[in-house]
Amino acid sequence: MEIKTDRVYSASHEWVLFETETTATIGVTDFAQSELGDLVFVNLPQVGDAVTAGQPFADVESVKAVSDVYCPVSGTVSAINEALLSTPQMINENAYDAWFIKVENITDKSPLMDADAYRTLTGE
Amino acid sequence: MSETEPLRQTPLYAKHVAHGGKIVPFAGYLLPVQYQAGVMKEHNAVREGVGLFDVSHMGEVLFTGADALANLQHLLCNDFSTLQDGRVRYSPMLNEQGGVIDDVLVYRYNALRYLMVVNAANRAKDVAHILAQQFGDVTIEDISDRIGQLALQGPKAQAVLETLVPAAQIPQKYYSFIDGVTVGGVTCLLSRTGYTGEDGFELYFAPQDGEALFDALLTAGEPFGLMLCGLGCRDTLRLEAAMPLYGHEMDDTVSPLETGLGMFVKLEREGFIGREALLGAGVPTRARIGLRITGRGIAREHFPVYAGDVLIGHITSGTHCPTVGPIAMALVSAAHTTPGESLLIEIRGAKVPAEIVPLPFYRRNKDAK
Repeated sequence: MEIKTDRVYSASHEWVLFETETTATIGVTDFAQSELGDLVFVNLPQVGDAVTAGQPFADVESVKAVSDVYCPVSGTVSAINEALLSTPQMINENAYDAWFIKVENITDKSPLMDADAYRTLTGE
Repeated sequence: MSETEPLRQTPLYAKHVAHGGKIVPFAGYLLPVQYQAGVMKEHNAVREGVGLFDVSHMGEVLFTGADALANLQHLLCNDFSTLQDGRVRYSPMLNEQGGVIDDVLVYRYNALRYLMVVNAANRAKDVAHILAQQFGDVTIEDISDRIGQLALQGPKAQAVLETLVPAAQIPQKYYSFIDGVTVGGVTCLLSRTGYTGEDGFELYFAPQDGEALFDALLTAGEPFGLMLCGLGCRDTLRLEAAMPLYGHEMDDTVSPLETGLGMFVKLEREGFIGREALLGAGVPTRARIGLRITGRGIAREHFPVYAGDVLIGHITSGTHCPTVGPIAMALVSAAHTTPGESLLIEIRGAKVPAEIVPLPFYRRNKDAK
């Protein structure tokens, strides 16, 4: 399972790539997509929506089930990856390229871990 | 099945783990929901090529004796008096209220010997019911633990079998079977049946022979692109084919007439359990329909279905299916069954539009077999 060293991770299997102290791009990890299986549907928030660390901000559906995606930071959605809405399998193909949202004005964040700690968490 | 009962392994459990199956609990058994290829690829393999499923969790009940047929005719609402040796017939099994206890397949070896195949989750309930109703000269045995089952499904299933079995020992007609066929050195009951909407076979065998048979089929299937398949695509395949699944499209409170199984209910035949209740209930007020989701969202089991503002029923099964996209089956008021009519499905708070479509969603091209 791929784990990139350029970003940090939440215990609920989201990745966060901070561009600055207060702006970040968020997606789900390769481990998460593998556990979820073939994804067939994604719901994203809208630009301008407030998101809260530790709260669901999106949901993804595989053939079998719906899963919430939790936001690792609090802030405002500045962009969404609209391509995911029509092509959810992009997440299965490359979870680290298939970002979900960009967040600005970040005021708070969940406990996050580096790649090594995340690798330990996922038992790799 | 009690919730506290330990999960059981099928004879193929070690094979699933060795081949990278993602193991989940299902009906009291540990079974692969998918392998590494994933539900989509496994589904497509069965539609276009061939797939192999472990369905050893299914239960088997053997009826032997002069009154075997009479017991089946009492227990089941289809008519087995016309079933010939070597043939298979489907039937709901009803309770006195006309609800469905289970849906089963019956295999006729000969006039004195029949095999009933039941759903794993219902096995204990079924056997208790069957034994409570038993009469006359019949021995009824739950032999589930002595039988494993593999399903070889898809348009290339026959070609795979032909490399292992002489053509004369491959059942030619759908819903027929041949007992005592040697497949890869293993003695099997070879049945031309399945739960995928494709041509295919189900093989019943002794548990200790399971691994040898599994390996033989895997090796024979390799040149045909055979893919190991899990429960995930078993569900999408059967859903596209609009095959009902017990606990979803029917249960103890749903009549077979409501859920669209009327062709398997021989109301004119006297003497089966549930007949009086069905006759008394008259024309069904609910019906099973097919829905194509036209808005954004995936309809799942139990989601409410509306005609305008009026709640008319609920989703019984639904997902995004690999061959036909986002679909669902629903049990709704019988006033809403016309293809083309628009309904609304409540998906986590939002009402999403859907259109009634004819069932099945997918039908194989039988000429191309």
